[in-house]
Amino acid sequence: MKIRCVINGKPVDLEAASDRRVIDLLRENLGLCGTKEACGSGECGACTILVDGVSRLSCLMVAAQIEGKEIVTIEGFSSDHLHPIQEAFITKGAIQCGFCTPGMVLATADLLKRNPAPNRNEIRKALSGNICRCTGYQKIVDAVESVKGNQEYDHE
Amino acid sequence: MKNGALPVAIGSDLTRADGYAKVTGRERYAADEYPPGFVYAGVVRSPHPHARILSVDTADARACPGVIAVLTSKDITGTNRVGVPDMDQPVLGDTRVRFIGDPVVLVLAETKEDLTPALAGVRVAYEPLPAVFDPESALREGASVLHENRSEGNLLFSGVIAKGDTKSGFSACTVVREGVFTLQRQEHAYLETEAGAARVDENGVLEMTVSTQSPFRDAREIAMALGLPDEKVRVIAPYLGGGFGGKDGITVQGLLGLGALHSGGRPVKIWNTREESFISSTKRHPGKVSMKLGCLQDGTLHALECRVVFDTGAYAGMGAPIAVYAMGHASGVYRIPHTRVEGLNVYTNNPISGAFRGFGIPQVIAALEQVVDMLAESIGMDPLEFRLKNAVREGDETGLGVRMTYSTGIIACIEQVRNHPLWTGRDAWIQEAPVYKRRGVGIATGVLGIGYGPVIPDIARAKLELLADGRFRIYAGVADMGQGNNPTTIHIAGDILCQGPDRFELVQPDTFRCLNSSSSSASRTTYTYGNALILAAGILKERILDVVIQQHPEFNRENLTLVSGSILHTPDGKVVALSTIAETLQGPDRIATATWTAPVNQQPLPVTPEVKTWGFPHLAYTFTTHLARVEIDELTGAVSIDAYLSCTDAGRILNPPVYEQQIQGGIIQGMGYALWEDFQVREGAVMTKNLSTYILPTSMDVPDIQSVPVETYEKSGPFGMKGVGEIGIIATIPCISNAVTMAIGQRIFETPLIPERVLLALRRAS
Repeated sequence: MKIRCVINGKPVDLEAASDRRVIDLLRENLGLCGTKEACGSGECGACTILVDGVSRLSCLMVAAQIEGKEIVTIEGFSSDHLHPIQEAFITKGAIQCGFCTPGMVLATADLLKRNPAPNRNEIRKALSGNICRCTGYQKIVDAVESVKGNQEYDHE
Repeated sequence: MKNGALPVAIGSDLTRADGYAKVTGRERYAADEYPPGFVYAGVVRSPHPHARILSVDTADARACPGVIAVLTSKDITGTNRVGVPDMDQPVLGDTRVRFIGDPVVLVLAETKEDLTPALAGVRVAYEPLPAVFDPESALREGASVLHENRSEGNLLFSGVIAKGDTKSGFSACTVVREGVFTLQRQEHAYLETEAGAARVDENGVLEMTVSTQSPFRDAREIAMALGLPDEKVRVIAPYLGGGFGGKDGITVQGLLGLGALHSGGRPVKIWNTREESFISSTKRHPGKVSMKLGCLQDGTLHALECRVVFDTGAYAGMGAPIAVYAMGHASGVYRIPHTRVEGLNVYTNNPISGAFRGFGIPQVIAALEQVVDMLAESIGMDPLEFRLKNAVREGDETGLGVRMTYSTGIIACIEQVRNHPLWTGRDAWIQEAPVYKRRGVGIATGVLGIGYGPVIPDIARAKLELLADGRFRIYAGVADMGQGNNPTTIHIAGDILCQGPDRFELVQPDTFRCLNSSSSSASRTTYTYGNALILAAGILKERILDVVIQQHPEFNRENLTLVSGSILHTPDGKVVALSTIAETLQGPDRIATATWTAPVNQQPLPVTPEVKTWGFPHLAYTFTTHLARVEIDELTGAVSIDAYLSCTDAGRILNPPVYEQQIQGGIIQGMGYALWEDFQVREGAVMTKNLSTYILPTSMDVPDIQSVPVETYEKSGPFGMKGVGEIGIIATIPCISNAVTMAIGQRIFETPLIPERVLLALRRAS
């Protein structure tokens, strides 16, 4: 089918099978490899993207579901300057192997949009669908906590 | 990041240089390789735990649309064997298969979708053979033997470390306690499953970009297995999406290489699904540890007997060294005059066991530190004071006869816990348990020798280049699986050359461009490569100063100092740009290389050559003492960890946040091992095939870790450091188990401590 959507601020016309997974569209058709696949079944959050500003798992979505939608992947999350969430992940040491990081950053963006000043427990709850095997989460929570209250948190 | 142009001294916080590319999604992992014109590779795997391969019919598969090649062992011209140290694992099964998931046929196709019917179209005829699923039956007389050429049947390894006389030792003891502990498999579950891409280039070189901890060793194995000259194999190891030991050695490399040799010149990509990863990858060795320990009336440890039996699965997978590392740490941090430790590792038709953070040591420490608690209770001593009384100080001999001649901070680790509010306030916290909850506080100590041991050379070869623009390039010799050893090289070289992180670029390991510095493993990565890099940086610095003096004979060498981008002559403030120096130095002179070999323990100990070869004794050790505060739900049996403290001696800390990353990450991985991660295998078949049944810790399951570093200065380490990658996971099981035992009054001898087991124990208690 023909799919028309906006990806990282640019209108995109795609020709793809309606049941093609969105993660495959992003990675293989568009070369947007910042979106990671680690389980393929919606259990780890590595493939998190923003669909109309809300975090979604791109391994569980099919092409037809993004028709007319606005998609943001990690590549489009910031332009010249890092987003404060990204800055915080770097400075707070929240990144080790980095494979969960794009998904964590976008899940955090979704959280801070809904709740600009979450406490540590709320942060842990919001990120509980995103598995990290390296950090033990503590520094990720530190990073998110340091962003809250920052006026620039909202991606829009 | 901020102030990236200014040097950051060792010991101060430095944000990791890999952060920017990772947080923006620009970092290219092996899984992100989609070379132009690539084809997908997929694998037909054995459905039998043990069978003879009678025939392989690939005709139907070849006829499927989009299929480029269907390959069997007959297409392999080399040895068709990989593995470290025993090369016993076929790239593709030839005579037989030995576990469910053993690769038999490799299929290349245009798309992932094309692979599915083609893989289904391959017909393999098997003659099933009797299979063995546990070490005990695998060792029985007449048991089905996996590797027909082995004289010792299914016994991969056995060895003994002994000291004194345990018979008289135990008879002199006032109290003796013992237990048999059953430890489960643990899956690495790195987020990036095994992945890579390969091609044969215009010079006939097989070039591979793959997620691996050991690119140099892999290259040699690939060459032998596939029948290529060493110089025709190139392995590139970008940042890994996690490893933890599971990528220390060949995963998909043999398959990738074989595919690239038969793809008509096109690149080949392979990327395991999570299920395929779970089925085919190595796990932490499951096993049984029998531990018997006795002490005198005053609480002095006097005798220990330990027997470790590991299940190495279908292939050796470092099984011998892992058994020796386990044995070599069986007396933990304690002085004990009479000991006998026996270790066995046995082939079975189960999934393959292999290296995993801690390398056999968490299993033995799990047993030892629980029996220590049992013994302390029996003799009526506080468990912390009991440990303090028996722990080694520098100069002491351990229970296995190893003299501690290098930095030994365990006493300080225990004392830090003793003085911590989580320990001093434990009784009050326990008494405040709400209704239907039980509380307990446990402690445990741990120890881990760093490096490869006394025989296998632990060598790193650093390479550092002054670039034309006056910046520096570090050629990493060891892969970075996420622990940050390669960003740390920038910290180290920056300290010596007085340059900020912005003045460096980093080349990830590439067997054609970097120098062989062996594997990213054994808590030896920064320890060994860091030492080599210090030497290389020193050489390059002297060479730079030589040029300055040649160009400016009026300068006094003693008055020269490196500053960001230049050399400063301090008396008059004159500067010479590093780019000017680079113009003078000829290409090869701009590169400095240096080799560093780790010192080894030369203490003569009465062990067999095998035990020595596979890593006993070590020389430098890391130490830790942990405390866990747990709360148990009497109604559900669920264990939650309320607080966790780690006091660790990993030498001097080079970069505090990177140190904490390893401590926190290791402990949380240990919590998963202790409480939830239950990799189930029945009759050789993997039952936990995904992350919905293999329960990894999430952010909701774990507390913040409190970490108190005990900074010793390790004389053999770069800037006084010791490797910190593994020590975090060593003591988590016994620490949590001791806390749970305190809470419910019953000890559970099998991990993980899932709610069902806890409920059963609670029922036993009432």
